[in-house]
Amino acid sequence: MNKVVASAQEAIADIHDGAVLMLGGFGLCGIPEHCIAALVEKGVKNLTCISNNAGVDDFGIGLMLQKRQVKKMISSYVGENAEFERQLLSGELEVELIPQGTLATRCMAAGYGMPAIFTPAGVGTEVAEGKETRIFNGKEYLLEYAFDADFAIVKAWKGDTMGNLIFKETARNFNPMMAMAGKITIAEVEELVPAGTLDPDHIHTPGIYVHRIFQGNHFEKRIEQRTLRQRP
Amino acid sequence: MLDKNGIAKRIAREVRDGYYVNLGIGIPTLVANYIPEGMNVVLQSENGLLGIGPFPFEGDENPDLINAGKQTITTTPGSSFFDSAMSFGMIRAGKVDLTILGAMEVSENGDIANWKIPGKMVKGMGGAMDLVASAKNIVVAMQHVNKAGESKLLPQCSLPLTGVGCVKKIVTELAVLDVLPEGGFKLLERAPGVSVETIQQATAGKLLIEGDIPEMNLD
Repeated sequence: MNKVVASAQEAIADIHDGAVLMLGGFGLCGIPEHCIAALVEKGVKNLTCISNNAGVDDFGIGLMLQKRQVKKMISSYVGENAEFERQLLSGELEVELIPQGTLATRCMAAGYGMPAIFTPAGVGTEVAEGKETRIFNGKEYLLEYAFDADFAIVKAWKGDTMGNLIFKETARNFNPMMAMAGKITIAEVEELVPAGTLDPDHIHTPGIYVHRIFQGNHFEKRIEQRTLRQRP
Repeated sequence: MLDKNGIAKRIAREVRDGYYVNLGIGIPTLVANYIPEGMNVVLQSENGLLGIGPFPFEGDENPDLINAGKQTITTTPGSSFFDSAMSFGMIRAGKVDLTILGAMEVSENGDIANWKIPGKMVKGMGGAMDLVASAKNIVVAMQHVNKAGESKLLPQCSLPLTGVGCVKKIVTELAVLDVLPEGGFKLLERAPGVSVETIQQATAGKLLIEGDIPEMNLD
């Protein structure tokens, strides 16, 4: 039951051209920055990336966009990335924008072994085009399918050698349900400890969902919008 | 006429003690500054937090602690963190009492458009479609007219919709209006110094004016 790999390079070694990836994080918060760097270094191409955002021009998934490694993005909000917007408007990049809760819940459904969910988000909008609908208690819902991802790549605060994960603050975001949803799940953590060290009551993601884990040696954790208040 | 802070201040009057409130990006974020002292309100951030506190002091900023606008924040006592599925679970299940968000257009039947200008701007809907599809009480904070001087309160939205028949109330720099269930914008209050005629000229959708329209009380 030892899930530990030595490095991001080893963790992503079998990610192939054309793979479907889930990448955790909200904005630049809680993103698997070491695995993204390793994917950029490896140069793997034609990827489909399921991630709430697409990073910024020079960090996060933005780095993969700069190298044209991404064929398709499935995201809810991509507003902070000029290169993304350029590739989208020019048609170089295929993009599927979906509601954030739908994105989260389609990940969750995969991790819970459910083929689909019903949600009211997007009813009456272009998101609903071509989708099955159903009325429950007088309200219309869209049928949305569980994601099918080859790899889920997540970032946690602490993890143990059995793959149990604990997230920190709002860096949790999409990471737990993506961790549950990948055929292969890779976790990079700030602190990797021996199994038995973490309190079982504090585990957010049980190790059964995690296939590979490693400790990142330095997290940059870039802040996207540093917003402060004046000291009195 | 109100500035952005004035709009936020007026919207803060819609907040009640004990409410869980989701504030969107932009003017809605400013509403937090005007919630009266002593009122117990918990702000929800859809990236996974109940209990948004003020922005941090310099040196206290934490990259793991941000709001849905990706700004550094702090937490309030009694706050909790959760994942994105649970966050939208509580939104979908109607646990959030009040949702305040911005808009590019609102129609007289309560449709809202705020995520896309075809061919020009494609940022995405983020959590807005989930919020407007499920929230019981949706207040829109926006400018009455766009930069080209065209009304944003329309008979029908021209931009791709975010949600259908969901907006209950609108607060702009000129006015407070209810969106009636049978359709139409009902004028409730005028911004200080703004005439009914000015509001009429700035409103393209059906505007209902009954009796004397009071000025907003912002004290």
